[in-house]
Amino acid sequence: MKMKLATLALGAALAAGPALAELTFPSLSYRTGPYAANGIPFADGYADYFTLLNERDGGIGGEKINLIECETGYNTEKGVECYEATKGSGALLYQPLSTGITYQLIPKATADGIPVHSMGYGRTSAKNGKVFSHIFNYPVNYWDGASVGIKHLLDLNDGDLSGKKVALVYHNSAYGKEPIRTLEELAKKHGYELTLLAVDHPGQEQKSQWLQIRRERPDYVLMWGWGVMNQVAIQEAVNIRFPMENFIGIWWSGSENDVKPAGAGADGYKALAFHNVGSDFPIFDDLKTHVVDKGLAAGAGDQLGTVLYNRGLYAAMLAAEAAKTAQEIHDTSNITAAMMRDGMESLEITEEKMATLGMPNFGPEFTVTCENHGGDGLGAVTQWDANAEKWTLITDFVQSDQDVLQPLIEEDSAAYAAENDIEERCN
Amino acid sequence: MFYREAGDFKTSYPEDGQTFPIKLDRFGFFAVLFIGFAVIPFVINDYWVNSVFLPFLIYAIAAIGLNILVGYCGQVSLGTGGFMAVGAYACYKFMTGLDIWIGGVQYALPPINIFLSVILAGLVTAFVGVLFGLPSLRIKGFYLAVATLAAQFFLVWLFNKWAWAYNYSASGQISAPERSIFGMNVTGANADPWVAYLFCLVFLAGLAFMARNLTRGSMGRKWMAIRDMDIAAEIIGVDPLKAKLSAFAVSSFFIGISGALFFSVYLGAVEVGEVFGINKSFLVLFMVIIGGLGSIFGAFAGAAFLVLLPVFLKNTLVGGLGWPTDLAAHLEFMIVGGLIITFLVLEPHGLAQLWRIIKEKLRLWPFPH
Repeated sequence: MKMKLATLALGAALAAGPALAELTFPSLSYRTGPYAANGIPFADGYADYFTLLNERDGGIGGEKINLIECETGYNTEKGVECYEATKGSGALLYQPLSTGITYQLIPKATADGIPVHSMGYGRTSAKNGKVFSHIFNYPVNYWDGASVGIKHLLDLNDGDLSGKKVALVYHNSAYGKEPIRTLEELAKKHGYELTLLAVDHPGQEQKSQWLQIRRERPDYVLMWGWGVMNQVAIQEAVNIRFPMENFIGIWWSGSENDVKPAGAGADGYKALAFHNVGSDFPIFDDLKTHVVDKGLAAGAGDQLGTVLYNRGLYAAMLAAEAAKTAQEIHDTSNITAAMMRDGMESLEITEEKMATLGMPNFGPEFTVTCENHGGDGLGAVTQWDANAEKWTLITDFVQSDQDVLQPLIEEDSAAYAAENDIEERCN
Repeated sequence: MFYREAGDFKTSYPEDGQTFPIKLDRFGFFAVLFIGFAVIPFVINDYWVNSVFLPFLIYAIAAIGLNILVGYCGQVSLGTGGFMAVGAYACYKFMTGLDIWIGGVQYALPPINIFLSVILAGLVTAFVGVLFGLPSLRIKGFYLAVATLAAQFFLVWLFNKWAWAYNYSASGQISAPERSIFGMNVTGANADPWVAYLFCLVFLAGLAFMARNLTRGSMGRKWMAIRDMDIAAEIIGVDPLKAKLSAFAVSSFFIGISGALFFSVYLGAVEVGEVFGINKSFLVLFMVIIGGLGSIFGAFAGAAFLVLLPVFLKNTLVGGLGWPTDLAAHLEFMIVGGLIITFLVLEPHGLAQLWRIIKEKLRLWPFPH
């Protein structure tokens, strides 16, 4: 007991939070653990964009940005610790990059009045702003992803999927289970046969799943994977000579890290995307001048232009734009978390805006409203070229099947509202 | 000097046999209780509760539970994560209203008070623990460890697969709705930190008291007899069936309660594979081993060591020294691992034994024989 108290006392002396800055953005990153390969580029992109704003523009609206990084290791307990450690420092926005941690933060952040942006992950029904006041998941969510993937398959088959077999290889967690409902609904509508294949964390062992795929010969395989699971799945698909162009991953299964280990065999593998790929945008020149050349790049600085780096960049851009919107609405540069939330709720991303930021055609145009926290659900398909070692966007941004998704979202958010006694807003 | 034992005479057996026979220890214990119940609730904030105290209190319950099984009864178990999951899911079902389908008709209980839900969750886990403890009657040692490992994987698989257990939610996550005691929220995001802290502390204090007295009584002596030599124990009249299964039941009861608190009060939302995986089983086993097998204090010390040290290191390295987070995270692994080895090499019987030796020295100091 006495030892315990001594340890505590020592901890108390050192647990004091970091100094207050004007605009604080915590970054719950994971640079260690089985998901680090994917966590690093995202965290680098997120940090580099804010560094760029600090260096080039002097912050947002004249206020410097203070980015606090906290290592979660993709672990929910550490995620909670990070949230509690950083929330007192005037945190404006949380982007945990983990569906599990997002689920933890939904009630906590709502109670604390801090917005959460789970961009392309987290709880899908958070799109319904009437129930989820502080949670945003624009521009797309998993159900949009499932629908856009099926739409792509419809395009390939002249609009008819009846009798086709589609298999879903998914991470056996909240994240991987998200698309199942949607795919089942879409199966009813389009008449394909759905097979579900769960892969347990962390996903290094998938022999039996791919053996089953080899036996049942589905026409298409969809994948909801993350971290090392992606690499293993793509390698296994190559091993059983599954036609790669019929293998489509969600946007979290479509980075360079995932396909490179499989070498030339991964050529033609497809993945969904909700933002553009490559480094062919004016902003990368700015990043080079103001961040990389000054030696301020986050991490090893070798991730520029990779898919997940771009995603981090995109996430930071949306956060910065929301902060700008908030500054305009409230007519003050020193915004609080509550103002940030208002800014996110009236965020409008247009082509002109992205072009002035040096990111023309980087993502879809969308508007956030009080009712709709999830954007319009526009996604595209990218394909891997193993020879050139790069991803290319092969379709336009298409909208998901809102007729199917909207009722599901209403249903799920209504269940959450009933469970937690939440009254609908925006009336 | 520290211990002044002169004049501290015992005149009856109960006095001599009490948990803290030395006066100073007794005062120390009451002082810690007083600080825990009457001082800390007034000074803690969200960070301290959610990052330090709740995990410490809850892991301490789990470690006491496992210590009963491994430390006192000598039955190695790697199923702790699975049993914690049973507690968490049982608590979830009780607190949201248990529903049963018989012949197409749904019978549902109303939601049960959170305090009772946690206790009931412990009882359900005790039952499951007895079931998985049955193999211990035939196998022991490493073989039993493997059998309980099977329990671990089976239970995690079950709660991933069995939609009834998570009320058919789309993502398979369970989230604790807001529940209160005496009008104060215990679970959910609006719970005051001190309420959540006290709620767990009451459980820990009660269970630790129970564990200490169980292990001192005839039941504990039977467990220890089985641990030390099962054949000899059987010859002197200890029924191995009753002793082993009661150890499994009591241990699982504790672990189930810790799982229920882990889910409902601490995390609020749980995904079985991630939170109650094999890592959790090892973590709690390490707590027991580092703290000291067969010691209630050891369970506290082990839990404190493995919960507080990473948080302390993180705050020192990242917050204090400003190092990059990934470097700090890697170093943290190395330092914690290194310390575990150092401690065990220096004192194979754990922190509890270390404390015992220090205490012996302190009692004699400054005039050792």
